[in-house]
Amino acid sequence: MTDLKTLPIEPNLLIEMYRRMLTIRFFEEAIFDVYRKGWMPGLAHLSDGQEATPVGVCMALRADDTITSTHRGHGHIIAKGGQVEPMMAEVMGKVTGYCRGKGGEMHIADVSLGILGANGIVGGGLGIAAGSAFTAKREGKGRVSVAFFGDGAVNQGLWYETANMAVLWKLPLIYVCENNQYTEFTHWKKLTAGEGLAARARAMGMPGVEVDGNDVVAVYQAARELVEAARRGDGPATLVCHTIRYGGHHVGDPGTAYRTKEEMEEWRKKDSIQRCERLLVESGIFSPQDIEATRSEIEARTQNAVQKARQDPFPPVEEVQEHVYA
Amino acid sequence: MSTRELTFAQAIREALDEELARNENIVLFGEDIGAWGGVFRTTEGLYEKYGPDRVIDTPLSEEGYIGMAVGIAMTGMHPVPEIMFGDFITLAMDQIVNQAAKMRYMTGGQVAVPITIRATMGGGRSSGAQHSQSWHAWFAHVPGLKVVVPSTPYDAKGLLKTALREPNPVLFFEDKVMYHKIKGPVPEEEYLIPFGVADIKREGKDVTIIALSRMVHTALAAAERLAQEGISAEVIDPRTLTPLDEETLIQSVCKTGGAVIVDEGYQRFGVTAELAAVIAKGAFDYLDAPIERVAAMDVPIPFSPPLEFATIPDEERILQAVYRVLEGRRAP
Repeated sequence: MTDLKTLPIEPNLLIEMYRRMLTIRFFEEAIFDVYRKGWMPGLAHLSDGQEATPVGVCMALRADDTITSTHRGHGHIIAKGGQVEPMMAEVMGKVTGYCRGKGGEMHIADVSLGILGANGIVGGGLGIAAGSAFTAKREGKGRVSVAFFGDGAVNQGLWYETANMAVLWKLPLIYVCENNQYTEFTHWKKLTAGEGLAARARAMGMPGVEVDGNDVVAVYQAARELVEAARRGDGPATLVCHTIRYGGHHVGDPGTAYRTKEEMEEWRKKDSIQRCERLLVESGIFSPQDIEATRSEIEARTQNAVQKARQDPFPPVEEVQEHVYA
Repeated sequence: MSTRELTFAQAIREALDEELARNENIVLFGEDIGAWGGVFRTTEGLYEKYGPDRVIDTPLSEEGYIGMAVGIAMTGMHPVPEIMFGDFITLAMDQIVNQAAKMRYMTGGQVAVPITIRATMGGGRSSGAQHSQSWHAWFAHVPGLKVVVPSTPYDAKGLLKTALREPNPVLFFEDKVMYHKIKGPVPEEEYLIPFGVADIKREGKDVTIIALSRMVHTALAAAERLAQEGISAEVIDPRTLTPLDEETLIQSVCKTGGAVIVDEGYQRFGVTAELAAVIAKGAFDYLDAPIERVAAMDVPIPFSPPLEFATIPDEERILQAVYRVLEGRRAP
């Protein structure tokens, strides 16, 4: 039994983390269904299983802090405050989507929430994140920039080029590596020399911290420490969150050919949402009925978003030449 | 209106200086552009005047600092990264083509990406195959980018000042051979030159020569020799490739009936090909001879001077192209 007095975070914060993680889980499950039914074009890259990482990090951020996201980015958008209705519409290519249907599943952005785009080029957003950190430092208001990326991006040159400048110029930049174990279809250890990114970060002259990416409280605490240091002017840091994606690389990949059943069962035991639910109930913040009610509420909202997005119109073809230039 | 003579490099430097003073959100990035003043002296004195926070010496990380520039632009500033030798721009292609050019479109218009990327171009210095290329055409192929290729100190200053007030990514190509060799009148008073307006550098009636960047000067020298032979050549500089002033080019060819297009970029699938297509469509009924193209030979740029100069358009090749156009006209 967790004692509420020793709970490491505010109860309301834990509830909000739970709600955002659930929103991500239901959103990704809904997309899986939408994709299978042929209600969306293109591909779908889902992040169910990884929810604790974006939520733990983003709950340590202010509204004016910025993030950059990845091709597996739905979780980052929701964690930073994105709404499921315009997200679902964007996924279906509708004009009511965040990007009026021009971005799509891999490129959801809401700049007003500090979400500077989700990138289809692995590691491609690292420059944008470093640039936002540059502006933040110049503004002098304590704003920080977070770059989310996966284990695949740690072998892209852009990480090293921006990390070098971020350390040199003490930029308020937090590199958050979501290590979901598999770079597409290959285990990260087959592709990455040495001890991994945290060690590489330390070699570059910045803190490199590793955390259980399925423990939302641990992610939050680790992120908060690094974020506050960056706000104070201590410069960049790297946080590696070890987690798993339950699904395949995209919906068309069942994810079973290169991962064993046993391995996935072990990960399921560490499910971030179940752990959060246990913490909520054991500390007396939520009753089992509260859990049920929250699940029902968020699932219903997600399903409504699906139905609404299906009814929404596609963008008029006249818009195809808009937004090329400002 | 008072005017003085400035070199191409001095005109660039003056545009940067004036816009740095005018807009505190402009920051310059590049390799040795700060304390050293730039290897071509285009940023000389700016580090001393605006300080190390606005004239920033970067590591040799073209992808890194161009990528940072995208994020800086998306968060409200106007970065001006420099590519010392235009050849090195290949290192930053993803950030220019997949990030800077598309961010506005992919976000449905949520952001603007005001970046001015200054890059050099041009051969003829025995700098070898990796320090001599002219890659402006690549960027004119990418929706979302604007491309500026000035030929005179006057145009360079006016167009660079416009670029530094643009809300879009601009590729600004400076021929390094012109930096200290080309001088021209530049007014003391402030002026801007809008994008998408070609300039008639010399009026004529027998043939139109369209040329860019340093090739404008080569074309003007050719036109001077043609005049001595009684041939009146019109020389037009589009000045910007994106946007392109198609109308001025077409009007000129409708008047003269013949077109020679000159560019220091490669010929195959290059600027000369696109401009020829524009003219072939717009002035088809007025063409008296096939359009002639004079561009860089499609080989890597060699080191040895006789080999290198064989690859770069020169006066003689332009003259021969004009003769072919005029001969074609006389044919039945």
